[in-house]
Amino acid sequence: MTDGTGAETPFIELDGVRKVFQVRRKAGRLRRTKHEVRAVDGISFTVGRGEMVGYIGPNGAGKSTTVKMLTGILVPSAGRIRVAGIDPSRERTGLARRMGVVFGQRTTLWWDLPLRDSYELVRRMYRVPYDTYRKNLDRCVELLDLGPLLAAPVRQLSLGQRMRGDIAAALLHDPEVLYLDEPTIGLDVISKARVRDFLREVNASLDTTVLLTTHDLTDIEQLCRRVMVIDHGRLVYDGGLAGLHEVGESERTLVVDLAREMAPIEGVPGARTVKVEGPRQWLAFPASQSAAPVVAAVAERWPLVDLSVREPDIEDVIARMYTGRAE
Amino acid sequence: MGLYAAVARGGFRRYATYRTATAAGVFTNTVFGFIIAYTYQALWAERPRLGGYDQAQALTFVWVGQALLATVALAIGGGLDELQERIRNGDIAVDLHRPADLQLWWLAADLGRAGFQLLGRGVVPMAVGALAFDLALPADPALWAAFLVSVVLAVTVGFALRYLVALTAFWLLDSAGVAVLSGLAAMFFSGMLLPLRAFPGGFGEVARLLPWASALQVPADVLLGRYEGAAVLGALAFQAGWAAALLTVGRLVQSAATRKVVVQGG
Repeated sequence: MTDGTGAETPFIELDGVRKVFQVRRKAGRLRRTKHEVRAVDGISFTVGRGEMVGYIGPNGAGKSTTVKMLTGILVPSAGRIRVAGIDPSRERTGLARRMGVVFGQRTTLWWDLPLRDSYELVRRMYRVPYDTYRKNLDRCVELLDLGPLLAAPVRQLSLGQRMRGDIAAALLHDPEVLYLDEPTIGLDVISKARVRDFLREVNASLDTTVLLTTHDLTDIEQLCRRVMVIDHGRLVYDGGLAGLHEVGESERTLVVDLAREMAPIEGVPGARTVKVEGPRQWLAFPASQSAAPVVAAVAERWPLVDLSVREPDIEDVIARMYTGRAE
Repeated sequence: MGLYAAVARGGFRRYATYRTATAAGVFTNTVFGFIIAYTYQALWAERPRLGGYDQAQALTFVWVGQALLATVALAIGGGLDELQERIRNGDIAVDLHRPADLQLWWLAADLGRAGFQLLGRGVVPMAVGALAFDLALPADPALWAAFLVSVVLAVTVGFALRYLVALTAFWLLDSAGVAVLSGLAAMFFSGMLLPLRAFPGGFGEVARLLPWASALQVPADVLLGRYEGAAVLGALAFQAGWAAALLTVGRLVQSAATRKVVVQGG
């Protein structure tokens, strides 16, 4: 299912990983009942060195819990995790020097200090040799356009600027793996594009392994060849983006303009008419099927003036996967 | 150690940016200093040599207290509300990802903060007090040096106590109530309201052995020369002992907290 890049040397390995939280709820004045919440319920996957993988799922699916186990701040209830051959929860500090983490909704920067001072602290914390630090900082400043921001206190930065600042902070120590938790949340189109370009560049030129959590599927479409979908703590899909359509039973739509208003088209093999609006009609057919026979069948028996084929919307496909599992 | 020195510098500079807040703080400390000083004058007129202090020493105690109030940060707040807030809203997850020790990190930041508060909010009220009243300030530089060491230890004890309070947020989510209680206890048992030596009998003796005594009573007594010769070392050892004990407890609580951690808010 992987693109083959990482099959030989898995950099991240999860085997049957679970995380169960005990939650107490009020049940009357004094009584509390204990509930088990299975945030992650038996997940296994591997990610190869240098891969860039999208990790998506609805809110509360277990994405952040997985990331926190990968970084070692949460200990799995069961199963085995290895990152670069290390058990993250046992050697958290050692691993911390080799990974970068960006939480879109939180910041690693120091609110009252200029951006440059935050970077200095990062340099000391990760014991980055000065030359490496200089090189990485220059690169980030150039690619993320941070130059004018270095002297500004973080509290004065806009969300997009802060986000770029945070991403740079996560890369100053040459991490082997980068965990990005919604790195484009709340950003405008231009900032998003800039962040994506930068991540692509980092992944390509430094061979950094990237695990990207997001709700913005454009992030995935533009950055990741492989996507994993998690829902209710379980992995429901792991593979190429295109393959999602097959699993999600998505449909393409043939839009035809006929010469005049007519009864809904019937009898085209594999297709059904889903909408009629004057002379225009919409026919849905499985995404795995070629459009040619459908077009041919319509053209043969109906007065066809114009046509277009609409590809399925990836968001719809995934929304269908989520709701399908919820039922 | 370069990292923690840099963190301490950051803590210092952070507080240095808020000049209006500093000026307001200096004003408050000075006003409170006058109020308490006049009260003490009345009290010592009735009870001369209360607690073994003459009036000049009692007034010196007042102004040392005002100078150290913000530095030792006994009152509610004092730098670690941010830690409590980070635990509550889950930002602590970011801190835990760092290859740095959480407690040392915050201790360094707090020492930096205290360093600024001592200069920014301590010196002026002390100088005003010395001009307005007849204070018993020592001329012996060795005594001042011992006082400075004692202040550093006082800050460390104050930090260790507040760190414990902040960590309760891992269980309580909101540790404001604990902070209020701890702040009240600290105000009273540090000697900020009345020197602990003024309390008679067993109660006074117990109060002088509690950790809060390290925060003001001991540094003030060091400056006033209440300890003679090697007794100064004993006083500093008393503070260092509480600092070590409380930091160790903080470390144990911290590892219990991170083990059970359900980082709030995803």
